[in-house]
Amino acid sequence: MMIDTIHGPRDAATLEQREGVTDTEAERTTWIEYWQGGELVHRSVHVTLKVWPAGLGALVGRMG
Amino acid sequence: MANVAAMCTSFKQELLNGSHAFGTQGANGVRTVTTKDVFKLALYLVSGSRGVADTIYDTTGELAASGNYTQGGVTLTNATVPTTTGTTAFWTPSASAQWTALTSSGAFDCAVLYNSSSTSKLEVAVFTFGSQTVTAGTFTLTMPTNDATNGLVRIA
Repeated sequence: MMIDTIHGPRDAATLEQREGVTDTEAERTTWIEYWQGGELVHRSVHVTLKVWPAGLGALVGRMG
Repeated sequence: MANVAAMCTSFKQELLNGSHAFGTQGANGVRTVTTKDVFKLALYLVSGSRGVADTIYDTTGELAASGNYTQGGVTLTNATVPTTTGTTAFWTPSASAQWTALTSSGAFDCAVLYNSSSTSKLEVAVFTFGSQTVTAGTFTLTMPTNDATNGLVRIA
C-alpha cells in the first residue's frame, strides 16, 4: 500500500506506523502516523463529534 | 485566549430575523425562501479565540492558506432538512467534512460553522475538539447522530 508523505508516495512497508485513539464524552478521535528515519512524514486524523458534555450541550443547544 | 464551543449569540438574533435557511421556508405572504443557504466549516488554530461573541466568519486564527488548506473551509452537505423531536428542533449536516492532502499550518482544535450564503458570512456556532495536527494526510470531521440529543445544532 502506498502512503502519501511529505516526500511523496512511499510504500507503507518501508515506514513505521503508529496509531492512537482518544475517546471522550464529546468526541472519538483516531489518528495514524507514518514515520521514516525518525521523521513524521504522514499524519491523518478522524474526529467524530458526539453529544456535547452536560452544561456545554445546554450552552450549544439552548435558546434561553 | 482559547477557542470555546458555543452557539453564537448573534445567531439566535439572526434566527428571529430569518437570516438563515437550513431548509426551505414555507409559504409566506411577503417572501418565500425556496433555496437553502450554503453552510461551511472552517478550521482554527489552538491559538484562536473563537467563541460565543463571534458574529461573522473571518480568517483571524484560521489555518493558513497553505498545505492544501483553503481559507473559508469546506462546504457542508445539507441533504437533511431541520426537524423536531418532542420540543427540540435540530439540524446536522448529512455527511462528514473532509480535508485531503492536508498539512496543517499548526495545531488546531476548533471548527467554525457559518452561513456562506449570507453577505457578511454570519457565524452559527463554534465546535471544539482535542488539539490535532495533520501532515500530508486527511482530516475528517464526522458529524454526531442527527437527533434531538446529539444533533450538531439543537434548539430546545
